[in-house]
Amino acid sequence: MAATSGRRGRRRSGEWLVALAGQPNVGKSTIFNLLTGLSQHVGNWPGKTVERREGLFAQNGIRLRIVDLPGTYALTAHSVQERIARDFIIHERPDVVVVVADAASLERNLYLVAELVTLRVPLVLALNMMDVAHAHDVQVEPRVLEAALGVPVVPLVATRNEGIAELVAAATRVAREPAGFRPPLPEVAGPHGAVLARLRALVGQHAPPPYDGDWVSVKLLEGDPDVIEKAKTWLDDASWQPVHALLAQHDDALLDIAAGRYDWIGRMVRAAIRRPRLGQVSLTDRIDRVAAHPLWGLLLLLGAFAIVFWITFLVASPVQQWLDTAVVARVRRWPSAAFPLWPPWVVGLISDGLLGGGGIVLTFLPVLIVFFTALGLFEDTGYLVRTGFVMDGCMHLIGLHGKSFLPLCLGFGCNVPAVLATRVIEAPSGRMLTILLAPLVPCSGRLTVLAFVAPAFFGEWALLVSCGLVAMNLLALALLGTVLSRTMFRERHMAFILELPLYHVPNPRTIAAFVWRNVVAFLRNASSVILLVSVVVWAGVTFPGPDVGSSYLARAGQWLAPVGALMGFDWRLLVALVSSFVAKENAIATLGVLYAERGAEVGLAAALAERISPASAVAFLTVMMLFVPCVATVAAMHQETRSWRWPLLSAAVLLVLALGGGTLVYQAGRWLGTGS
Amino acid sequence: MSAARLIALDRATPGSRAIVRTLTGGIGLVSRLAAMGIVSGAPIQVLQNRGRGPLLVLVRDTRLALGRGEARRIVVEAPRDTSNGGDVRQAW
Repeated sequence: MAATSGRRGRRRSGEWLVALAGQPNVGKSTIFNLLTGLSQHVGNWPGKTVERREGLFAQNGIRLRIVDLPGTYALTAHSVQERIARDFIIHERPDVVVVVADAASLERNLYLVAELVTLRVPLVLALNMMDVAHAHDVQVEPRVLEAALGVPVVPLVATRNEGIAELVAAATRVAREPAGFRPPLPEVAGPHGAVLARLRALVGQHAPPPYDGDWVSVKLLEGDPDVIEKAKTWLDDASWQPVHALLAQHDDALLDIAAGRYDWIGRMVRAAIRRPRLGQVSLTDRIDRVAAHPLWGLLLLLGAFAIVFWITFLVASPVQQWLDTAVVARVRRWPSAAFPLWPPWVVGLISDGLLGGGGIVLTFLPVLIVFFTALGLFEDTGYLVRTGFVMDGCMHLIGLHGKSFLPLCLGFGCNVPAVLATRVIEAPSGRMLTILLAPLVPCSGRLTVLAFVAPAFFGEWALLVSCGLVAMNLLALALLGTVLSRTMFRERHMAFILELPLYHVPNPRTIAAFVWRNVVAFLRNASSVILLVSVVVWAGVTFPGPDVGSSYLARAGQWLAPVGALMGFDWRLLVALVSSFVAKENAIATLGVLYAERGAEVGLAAALAERISPASAVAFLTVMMLFVPCVATVAAMHQETRSWRWPLLSAAVLLVLALGGGTLVYQAGRWLGTGS
Repeated sequence: MSAARLIALDRATPGSRAIVRTLTGGIGLVSRLAAMGIVSGAPIQVLQNRGRGPLLVLVRDTRLALGRGEARRIVVEAPRDTSNGGDVRQAW
């Protein structure tokens, strides 16, 4: 077997393969970050859009290759994440699976353990959030639990870095001697226990390695579609018939299997856990009286959003302007002074193309950091999930439900993760609608353009104009959702089940790691595209010469001039707009190149304010905010919907909206006398 | 406790406690509810139920938001007298 030889290979190199499993909201990523530090490698699971994180722990001669499995409540075939997790365990046969559990809601967390012990994989239980459990008066005895479960149990407070060394020791011990631990297995409650025994006899020996006959039997009885398909290929027709008949007769067995797992859990924790008196109102419930209240919760959410925007403009925007004028403009003047003898086009390429593009990347940082810090803070306190609950009613009005709120919220950072995050929505039609609407959420690329351009034109009114434009986008989103949900996406029901974790004090380290990871990923993806576009645009305005007005880009822009005239755009703004298709923030980079001369003298923002009328500027921002999704988002939409229909539909709708909106705003502005 | 009655969870009074008796949804829904701790015999407490919009329930130390459609598929045994079931937790 390939899996076995791989395992032997790992042993020779003295490296153990550790899978990190756990339900959502148990602090699994905190533990993963503590163990692997900077050795993390982030990618995707093969053929899936689910993030795969892997890292190495190496200390005192112990080497653990740690794979972070997706957070899952169980190991069914009903969600991509659960299938990834179980396929990894079955096919890669990790030397040990570390299950992270929340000590404060241990029973529900042990459901995943009940599934894992049936897979007969060496386990270690990491009992995290012992402090939270303690604060909620839940007392857990790790030693007693360990004795009952028959697998090592390690108490942890990952946010305070407590228990990590013990966890590594336990994982290494189990990896070395996997046979030393034999947990008792859950049984199936009620009459279905006998049915399972018959299934085992019928199917058991037909399951080829690495599948375990007992596990396959349980999954068949659960009605697991994936395992049923596999079993059909393992058995010939004559042997499948009795299995099929048995399963059809007992299609309600899942309830008894689940009940059997909870009976098992009950036996495991009976002596190990002491819970609070009944009727005690926890802090979480007290906070939720406001935060999860239909009215107060909504006001709180709006307030939280307002504060984030206010901080963005109060802190990020000025820093951005400063970086632009004091740092970027200065650095860009440097090549012409340092290399006066170089050909002008080489200096131009360095100064306007490369340094200009690099400067744009640099000026993103403030907005990104503010956004991801806010998101990380909401996430880490447990508030972010509540927003889905609170927004459920509002989302219903526009044909979505609460689960669509989180993906859309992520859209403020970047539309790509927003599209990917729609995977949490089970119903296909609801997911499609959310994907279709996601590009209307103004991403940080567009917010960057907004934060950069608005102050140059509108001074103290910049915040108001910006809020107006963001509101316009959200209004367009609501209207489009309302219309589409009543026409294209009727007749559907979406299951809404959402865990609201306990509130806890945010951990600066976790948030910092979250911000770092996301900002780096964003810059890594965006910077190459921005640099490339910046250089291409520079070449487009430089060649064939002699001046910008006769360049290739100017000619292309003049060809589009009739459309531009409706919105008060000259060819420069049109070109900037078109370049934003590659990445929204490119609009600034492009303008930077097009206004390079004046920009190098007074900073780009001031140069823009000199040359463009306020009405054109608002029209430009309006179109920018509503414009066709960027290439990366289109690619993500294509990948997630597996068709070109949705990305093209989305692009077409947004193009009409954007050009219509821009024309309307410009003409209104002209009428008000701000057109020149 | 007086005689109990079987009701769908979406009709349970806010603040009341009940025992889950059965689940009536399809296999996908049942397996998800089970993984979240909702199986027959599980004690469940309704924290929020306003007659419209999602419910907030407490089951196995976990707070869950449940859509009304999902709550309708959970049959619970509720004590007949729910106005003051010895519960200090009030409806919000």
